[in-house]
Amino acid sequence: MTGTREGSPYAPHTDAETRAMLETVGADDVDELFDIPEAVQFDRAFGIEARDDAGTAREIAGTLAENDDMTSFLGRGHYVHHVPAVVDRLSSRSEFLTSYTQYQPEIAQGFLQALFEYQSMLVDLTGLPVANASMYDHATALGEAATLAARVRSTSGSRVLVPELLPLRRRSVLENYAEGADLTVESYPTDDGNADLDALTSMVDSDTLMVYAENPTVRGTIEERLSAVGDLAADSEALFCLGTDPVALSLLETPASVGADVVVGDAGTLGLGHAHGMGHGLFVTREQFLRQVPGRLVGAGTDERGRRAYTLTLQTREQHIRRERATSNICTNQAWVALRTAIHLAWLGPDGLLELAERAVRDARTLASRVDDIDGVRAPVHDRHHFREFLAATDRPAPEIRDALLDRGYAVHAVDDHRLQLCVTDANEHATDGLVAALSEVA
Amino acid sequence: MRYDQARWADEDRYEPLLIEKRSETVEIDDAPLPEELTRDELTMAAPAEPELARHYTRLSQETYGVDSGPFPLGSCTMKYNPALLERVASDENAAVHPDRPDESVQGTLEVMATLQEWLGRIGGMDAVTLQPPAGAAGEYTGLLITRAYHEQRGEDRTEVVVPDSAHGTNFASAAMAGFDVVELPSGDDGRVNLEALEAAVGEETAALMLTNPNTLGLFERDIETVTEVVHDAGGLVYYDGANLNALLGQARPGDMGFDVMHYNVHKTFATPHGGGGPGAGPVGVREDLAPYLPAPHVRETDGGTYERYEPAHSIGKVHGFEGNWLVLLKAYAYIRRLGDEGLADASAKAVLNANYLAERIDFEVPYGPFHHEFVASAGDRDAADVAKHMLDHGVHPPTTKWPELVEEALMVEPTEAESRETLDLLVAAFDAAGDADADALESAPHRTTASRIDQVAAARSPRLSWRALDDGGSRTDP
Repeated sequence: MTGTREGSPYAPHTDAETRAMLETVGADDVDELFDIPEAVQFDRAFGIEARDDAGTAREIAGTLAENDDMTSFLGRGHYVHHVPAVVDRLSSRSEFLTSYTQYQPEIAQGFLQALFEYQSMLVDLTGLPVANASMYDHATALGEAATLAARVRSTSGSRVLVPELLPLRRRSVLENYAEGADLTVESYPTDDGNADLDALTSMVDSDTLMVYAENPTVRGTIEERLSAVGDLAADSEALFCLGTDPVALSLLETPASVGADVVVGDAGTLGLGHAHGMGHGLFVTREQFLRQVPGRLVGAGTDERGRRAYTLTLQTREQHIRRERATSNICTNQAWVALRTAIHLAWLGPDGLLELAERAVRDARTLASRVDDIDGVRAPVHDRHHFREFLAATDRPAPEIRDALLDRGYAVHAVDDHRLQLCVTDANEHATDGLVAALSEVA
Repeated sequence: MRYDQARWADEDRYEPLLIEKRSETVEIDDAPLPEELTRDELTMAAPAEPELARHYTRLSQETYGVDSGPFPLGSCTMKYNPALLERVASDENAAVHPDRPDESVQGTLEVMATLQEWLGRIGGMDAVTLQPPAGAAGEYTGLLITRAYHEQRGEDRTEVVVPDSAHGTNFASAAMAGFDVVELPSGDDGRVNLEALEAAVGEETAALMLTNPNTLGLFERDIETVTEVVHDAGGLVYYDGANLNALLGQARPGDMGFDVMHYNVHKTFATPHGGGGPGAGPVGVREDLAPYLPAPHVRETDGGTYERYEPAHSIGKVHGFEGNWLVLLKAYAYIRRLGDEGLADASAKAVLNANYLAERIDFEVPYGPFHHEFVASAGDRDAADVAKHMLDHGVHPPTTKWPELVEEALMVEPTEAESRETLDLLVAAFDAAGDADADALESAPHRTTASRIDQVAAARSPRLSWRALDDGGSRTDP
């Protein structure tokens, strides 16, 4: 199994075994087994040169080393917290890593229980009783929430209302889902970073299918009147969908208490780390929508020994049974990320999780205050409570400052000509002194 | 050598839930926020790290993966996942924020551009997006591109034709993209019936979705005629890449006339399935469809650097960022490790293994000849019971009761990663189930963590969190 072996290094056949197997099937050569018309045969010449094990590892490490080494203060929908080493060790156990969707529950109890525990943690965090472990990311979960709303609507509504500050990429994904379901997406105004309740009130009508809000918002502000948004949606029989993440959920008022019907967001904020935007979508909802939920659900049952056992359940919603009438097309999803999130959540426990969330408030406040002290910078821009991130107004053009910070090893957002956005968590808080010093030089 | 699964039992249950071992409730009263913005308390499991390590280690021992034994789950391509891929994906330089400027992530973008190029060559496609986070998401992306393409040409095409043997995701993806599904009945030989196809396509046809070899493991020999019929009607032909492992280096969807396709990199290119994901579902298209690909797309500039850009008629986005990057990186490593010869050999051995197994088992195997998978019939036995019985032989059973064209179907895909010795173990498991009496079949399994689970009862009264358990709390609002 060294690098010099011809063919696939991961096929165990010796030449003698191959010959014996060919004899069993009555062929002289493997090529005889391919039933492909001559006109569409291909001569395997992709022009991709093989490397041995060491060579492959060395080459890829070399290519990735072309990425600059820098500290990121980027947020805006992709957040990173320090991932404890035990998450890597346990989730990398090969039984977890190399298993498949749990179609045979008797031999998959461990992974099923891990997913059941994940669902349980999300129920505790949201106060809503039905959590799946199945969405790709925040944006696609939001799209699925809109199509769920279309399935359960009691009105003929087709308008999905979203904050004008919704990140464009999240909105783009939502619009693709909405178009397939004949829905339209419209923005409602915001006021100093948060939902403008008066404007929203005037927009919600009987044609409104879903009202979406985020807490915290993409600018890091904490919404202060979510119950009113929930009431507004309920009064017109629209669904109230709330976007958030597990760290924020541990501290902020619960989605259940503000009247949320569906909670979406990114669970990969815990457990995954920086992965170029890879994530795992949250999806939690009310019991009344149980049979319209997209994706996989794990339920507890009993086996013939009478013991508690876990299984995929309510599969008649799913594509492999219901086909075009399924609640979604989800098949392969993000189960392993859910496992990592669950391990991270359990490792933190309620104390650790709450401490992380409180730091997200305190550290953002502290950094904003330090940045505000720099000549030519005012922060935070919004007179609000913040979570992890905030906007800073700059006298110098923000893109110039961003580029100058890049040269000094710090990545920050320039959201427009004169505003930067900075995000701080336990993963980069150690580098804030350096950031503040660099910003003092270039602002 | 027979595999037996661990069973960590505690009175009336197996390994307890974490919350049952130790939980804590924390009151929230001195938060750095006004009280009305915060919750009152938080209850969660609170294990110490050693307890956590044992809990998840036990759960792993109650889970069957490819590293545990053979996993011949038809249409899922559960091949061995090389350890090299994990090492590559754990590189610190792979862990970047998606909003880092292009000039600071040239390594990441180079990997993406090269993978786009390689996948294009493998599929015979002109351009490839890496953004879809799974195979079904790739189908959906391909159909959004199809929709945009027809709209741009001023055509209103509302139907997608799907063979009755297709993966359920094809039907669901078409519906999600807003199309009506027209089901295409299979011919007597298990392949596309050309007369039925002629009758099914027309002015309303946006696309035909097809996998080749199909889900019965049969190559569509008339594929050039099939794609021609659809093209003549003005439709596009979509290739479901779920079965691409049968064709590497032997044939390419693009050469057969397919216009759009997705790749299941977690299947064909050996990235682990992770208990159901993450995967990744890159989509390849022919040249004139490239302007519709999702944004951002990655390209090499004239100066030899790499950049992200928005294609001219982009459908927008199908993922919040740029898909499941770490999975894509593993696929890149796999393709580089194997190269032309290795990829072709993987398909050759996968096809050899499937044919060997089909020849050796006693169950009836209708249709043929096969590529990398085949569908056997359990006949008058319940395919689900056969599967449960096989579990006691230390193997994972095949996919059951699908496709419905075969009575009590057992869909088998051994992949290239199994040795003859392991295939013979599978034969023994099949034979034992074939010889077992009704009682033995219905009472199986016995050697797994849990015995037979009543899935009907579990669905009738769903209990989806610890709070819904009889000893944990009420079933409704917590």
